[in-house]
Amino acid sequence: MNLFKKITGLFFFVFVLVTASIQAQTKKGDVLIKNGTVITITDGTLENTDVLVKNGKIDRIGKNLKAPRGAEEVNATGMFVMPGIIDAHSHIAGTSINEGTSQVTAEVSMEDVVNPIDVSIYRALAGGVTSIHLMHGSANVIGGQNETLKLRWGTTDPDDLRFEGAPRTIKFALGENPTRGARRRGIQPQSRMGVEAMLRNTFNDALKYKKAWEDYRANRSSNKVAPEYSLRMETMVDILEGEILVHCHSYRADEIYMLMKVFSDFGIERLTFQHANEAYKVAPELAEFGASASVFSDWWAYKLEVYYSTAYNAAILTKNGVTTSINSDSGELIRHLFHEAAKTQKYGDLSDNEALALITLNPAKQLGIDNRVGSLEKGKDGDIAIFDKHPLSIYAIPQMTFVDGVKYFDINTDKADQRIYIDPESSISDVQIFHAENQHRCMEGADIVNLYDLLNSNEE
Amino acid sequence: MLSLLILPACLYAQVNSSDIIRAETSKYALTNAKIYTVTNGVIEKGTIIINNGIIEAVGANVQIPGDAQVIDYSGQEIYPGMIDSGTRLGLNEINSIAEANDFREFGKITPQMQALTAVNPNAVAIPVTRVSGVTTTLTMPAGGPLPGTAATINLFGYTPDQMYAGSKGVVMNFPSTAQRRWRPRTPEQIEKDREKAQKVINDAWDKAELYNKIKGTEEARYYPEMEALTGVINGETILYIEVNGAKDILSAIDWVKDRGYQKVVLTGVSEGWRVADSLAASGIPVITGPVLSTPTRNSDSFDAAYKNPGTMQKAGVKVALRTMDTENSRNLPYNAGFAAAYGMGREEALKAITINAAEIMGVGDELGSIEVGKKANIFISTGDPFLTSSKILDVFIDGYKVPMTSRQIELYDEFLDRKPGLKKHETKTDG
Repeated sequence: MNLFKKITGLFFFVFVLVTASIQAQTKKGDVLIKNGTVITITDGTLENTDVLVKNGKIDRIGKNLKAPRGAEEVNATGMFVMPGIIDAHSHIAGTSINEGTSQVTAEVSMEDVVNPIDVSIYRALAGGVTSIHLMHGSANVIGGQNETLKLRWGTTDPDDLRFEGAPRTIKFALGENPTRGARRRGIQPQSRMGVEAMLRNTFNDALKYKKAWEDYRANRSSNKVAPEYSLRMETMVDILEGEILVHCHSYRADEIYMLMKVFSDFGIERLTFQHANEAYKVAPELAEFGASASVFSDWWAYKLEVYYSTAYNAAILTKNGVTTSINSDSGELIRHLFHEAAKTQKYGDLSDNEALALITLNPAKQLGIDNRVGSLEKGKDGDIAIFDKHPLSIYAIPQMTFVDGVKYFDINTDKADQRIYIDPESSISDVQIFHAENQHRCMEGADIVNLYDLLNSNEE
Repeated sequence: MLSLLILPACLYAQVNSSDIIRAETSKYALTNAKIYTVTNGVIEKGTIIINNGIIEAVGANVQIPGDAQVIDYSGQEIYPGMIDSGTRLGLNEINSIAEANDFREFGKITPQMQALTAVNPNAVAIPVTRVSGVTTTLTMPAGGPLPGTAATINLFGYTPDQMYAGSKGVVMNFPSTAQRRWRPRTPEQIEKDREKAQKVINDAWDKAELYNKIKGTEEARYYPEMEALTGVINGETILYIEVNGAKDILSAIDWVKDRGYQKVVLTGVSEGWRVADSLAASGIPVITGPVLSTPTRNSDSFDAAYKNPGTMQKAGVKVALRTMDTENSRNLPYNAGFAAAYGMGREEALKAITINAAEIMGVGDELGSIEVGKKANIFISTGDPFLTSSKILDVFIDGYKVPMTSRQIELYDEFLDRKPGLKKHETKTDG
């Protein structure tokens, strides 16, 4: 290798380092949103009020604010300004959903499968959504870790989407989904009894693992061999120590109740039930435990465990003091979460603020990011959605969406084709027809495993 | 002897008869309401007389008969019952359980399969749907190229015949060049599959036309598949053609022209906005939805599906809306609301779930508006039914005032303030 090549190589290396460090700092914007109806969620709804975002953070909320030099000014007269919507259960922007090869896969993380060019991200922004909880699927009892994202559309770097500083979370799953896969493979758990046993066994293993390492570290001087390192068990220990928030796919009241008992026994406090169609039946127990629920507005009857659902679920939970959110679990539904939240006025008479908290402050609490987002308050992130009418009206159309004060959606400059990367294999006439029943991605990928098992089984 | 012993126990276990909520019917006078007739404008403060299941009078100055049960709806709004022009309601109880599904029969050419036969009048989703003001649905079979015959049903009745709203139609799935979600096909494969599917359909209709000519003669054997198609050939029965991609819609229009069938409706029509002018020129009416759908192409605007009904309607296409749902057919007004917000306007969106739907199904003289002589399918709302903040107060189907309850409402009533709550007994006993 000659000197020239060495020098250019060195320069290239430095260049990569510098650009990498620049990219690690995501864009922050300055914007003054003038004269809107500002729905703060935590401090009432303020008429003819301005919101000033400086360097990505809400700097002031008040009247007659002046825009700093270079800041964009948005005239929101007659419009409604609210915190960016947060979806506590999403599978958009994920290249795969399930690692279903074992009933415990705590070691894997959705962090590794973030797809920043999924056009669903833009479509969610066009529905006022600024953050999502990209979740692992529900094929196994203890699934992979989830990733909380900010919808910073336009990048090809998955890391740019990360909600920096958000707590780690993990997916658990109870009921039909994990037992279905196990039944096909002839392993445990095939019943809700087995699910509980598997959870208790795994936590006990984690305690043993933790003790083994504590004993080893306490006696460094000895010649003892270190215990086997397991990322799976490390993750389980982090759950026991409260460093990872658990979000558990669940439907029936009995399984929800079971998990609270298991968590009580192991001293785990932060728990959110996902879907939780029957959470309304044990609302007092959820409130006492301090568990929260992230539910659908009205999905039901797609399987037995959601047959005894009620669209009043969110209202019953809210009125029983349970921190409740409404999620999408769908690339379609995520685009109108404001409408899904509005249904709680039909089903249970929630107030405007209660309904909007279901898609802002409450999911933020469930993801442990309520110190940053979920309401319009000084010092919080400039994640904001603007609507032309009250967001709970069916006639409301999202106008603009900001993340960190940067505008990622503006209906005035919206163009149809938002693709960042165009697959050369695809044809312009490629058409995919929407089928409501295909929305559920919770078991996506899991069925491929089952197909493999089926082919390798001796049953047929 | 044994039965005598059991009998009193059975009686004892019966629910108190006053607790049973039943639908009721009588001569009704619904007074002082704002009436959206749909076909004859809005009556700011009017009365509707219902007698024997029929709207006997409607207007601002209606004489109230002495024997009518008067219900004062001051400050409320009355609309014709909403019609969902595409559902599986009654045919599908729980999606994931095969035994609870009756909308898909085995075989490719099965047009004689009658959706109406398999409608379960006691499906839990039916009361859930009707308390939201949806009084009528088109209930459709699914499956192969000609999966069966759909039926229009009213959401109250104890037998399929009591529910039947007077319209049936043969369902056909037009060959699709759309991409599959799993295992995508190459353009060559798509074309090959399309040709094959087209041949299956054309052969079936060729055969049906032949059967239609010879039926009644000695040569014609019993052939229920073909018999089911003759109504379409003779212009008596509706043919619902499910078609979605722009290219396929154009092919379907040509196919209909070629065949010369008279009573045709295109359903789905997700990409109707791309070929709206051709659709309008064809004169074929359209049932489209769900409006709350993702766009058909990655390159399309986020609101392509929201705008689709309005674009077609503005081009001159007669449009009705559907949810294509079972358990959430109750979201029909919200599908209409999104269509309204994204270009269709409220008035046209309301027509798309009332009079247009009724007319497309050939029951426009009986349903779809509040007019004298029509069936009393109406609902009373506290306000604009497209808004989730509005409450549906009462629903009349075929003149029956149906109970405003459903399992979902009963569960709410039971669990909002659950008894016992956290503790089963407040005071401790020594046991």
